[in-house]
Amino acid sequence: MDLNSFKLVTGRTLIQGAGKERGKFSEDYLKEVSTCELDPEDMKLLSLVEGESIVVKTEFGEAKLIAKASTRAPHKGVIFIPYGPVASLLTSPHTDGSGMPSLKGIEAEILKG
Amino acid sequence: MIEVLIRGAVCTVCGCCCDDLNVEVTDGRVERVENACSLALSKFKHYSSERILKPLMRVGNGFKETSYKEAIQESARLLVNSNYPVLWGWCLTSCEAVELGLELAELVGGVIDNNSSVCHGPGLIGVQDIGISGCSLGEVKNRADLILYWGSNPVNAHPRHMARYTALAKGRFVASRRERKLIVVDVRRTETAKLADEFYQIEPNSDYELLTALRCAVNGEEIELSTVSGLPVERVEELADALISCRFGVLFYGLGLTMTYGKSRNLDAALSLVRDLNRKTKFLIMPMRGHFNVTGSNEVFTWVTGYPFGVDLSKGYPEYNPGITTISDVLRRGECDAALIVASDPIAHLPSTLAETLKKIPLITIDPHRTPTTEASQIVIPSAIIGLESTGTVYRMDGVPLECKRILDPPPGVKTDVEIMSDLLSRVKELLT
Ligand code: SF4
Repeated sequence: MDLNSFKLVTGRTLIQGAGKERGKFSEDYLKEVSTCELDPEDMKLLSLVEGESIVVKTEFGEAKLIAKASTRAPHKGVIFIPYGPVASLLTSPHTDGSGMPSLKGIEAEILKG
Repeated sequence: MIEVLIRGAVCTVCGCCCDDLNVEVTDGRVERVENACSLALSKFKHYSSERILKPLMRVGNGFKETSYKEAIQESARLLVNSNYPVLWGWCLTSCEAVELGLELAELVGGVIDNNSSVCHGPGLIGVQDIGISGCSLGEVKNRADLILYWGSNPVNAHPRHMARYTALAKGRFVASRRERKLIVVDVRRTETAKLADEFYQIEPNSDYELLTALRCAVNGEEIELSTVSGLPVERVEELADALISCRFGVLFYGLGLTMTYGKSRNLDAALSLVRDLNRKTKFLIMPMRGHFNVTGSNEVFTWVTGYPFGVDLSKGYPEYNPGITTISDVLRRGECDAALIVASDPIAHLPSTLAETLKKIPLITIDPHRTPTTEASQIVIPSAIIGLESTGTVYRMDGVPLECKRILDPPPGVKTDVEIMSDLLSRVKELLT
């Protein structure tokens, strides 16, 4: 399998949303925003186990995250990271003339942590 | 023991702005909240954690406490002395504070922008291109028999949206879940998709393609492809049929459309699809606005400057050019030399390559809580929490204004955003005369 062919989607989760109200430095929040959800089939192909540390890399940066099996599968080739300071290390500053940076659908690769 | 029950408080978390919270306060503490979702409960439970109680001024790698007066004077001095400041945030505060922010921007020049440039701004550009068939959430609740969520996961981001206004709401003319069809288009099988009657899972970055194909199908044109956005063409035709055959449909779109490939063009296509559908049936469209007053910030920006976000006032008159006068672009070009951030945390949420620019310039932040942005600031002015410790007007995602209630007193010495902005404005005027 080509390990360099993922699409990164960032977004809201309930735990991230409730966690930000608890505090941007709270354990719950920081733990949630440091996880990366993968399709369980992709995890098998990459020989990754739940809770394993991975590095996600995009054109714009790289970040260390904890792999988590997605409960929203199947979504082969798509990885998900909740909004927050870790996802922001990977997102694209280019706005394509719209003012909006690209926070979803970004080319990403996964390296074992 | 002093007990107070506040009925009908407005929740200041997400763009649903639920105005039916009943809050029980005992001895100045929130004891119980009725009708709150888990996001709102978390806010009521933790509003005092990681709170900033005194104005702070940077000294080396740390902060020293300072007086409110000094924090205002120094902030005013930094803004007046800058050539091209950026004033940003404005969606977790009241419309009254936004109005003062715009007056300040006129005086100090530079760019004033709000969070919508990094959430629903592309939708606003789309509306300027195409126009919008909109309505209130009350209309949706009472009449809609088809609900389509596209690139939006309200179960996680707007937890009471479905129960209060859409699929699960008891409306006047459409009274139950059985009478409403729920369709979801998304790249993953989200919690919302799991509740849907029909789920269309598409490939990332392919929304424009599907919207365009749907327009073809709705307009009776043939789609000369076997798959669109990863869906067999029969599924696309089936979706178009479902959209045409409802009596009153509503498309709610989320950041899955605005933040992804195509951006404002995706919204041009979605708004055009809805326009086309109105030739066959009644169909409306609404953005799933995230923060509780991001809609209000667009409203006030538009009344005052004519534009909803990304306004450059450096020439003494408003200029609006998304992609140039928007915070991400200003930061990418490294043009601003000071920043005022009101009720927002750009350092955590903007792509880090942009946040780096903010860390290099004098940064003034007004916020109730510690955030990565306050930590990087030169001056931090603590503020009262709107909807909890101060009143103020906010706009729900459908453009309905609501008045927030004051439930508790702010911590001693902590001012409201309106008080802070008024004091900052007065000081800037003094310096400029
Ligand atoms: S749905 Fe949104 S506005 Fe309503 S209670 Fe939950 S967080 Fe508050």
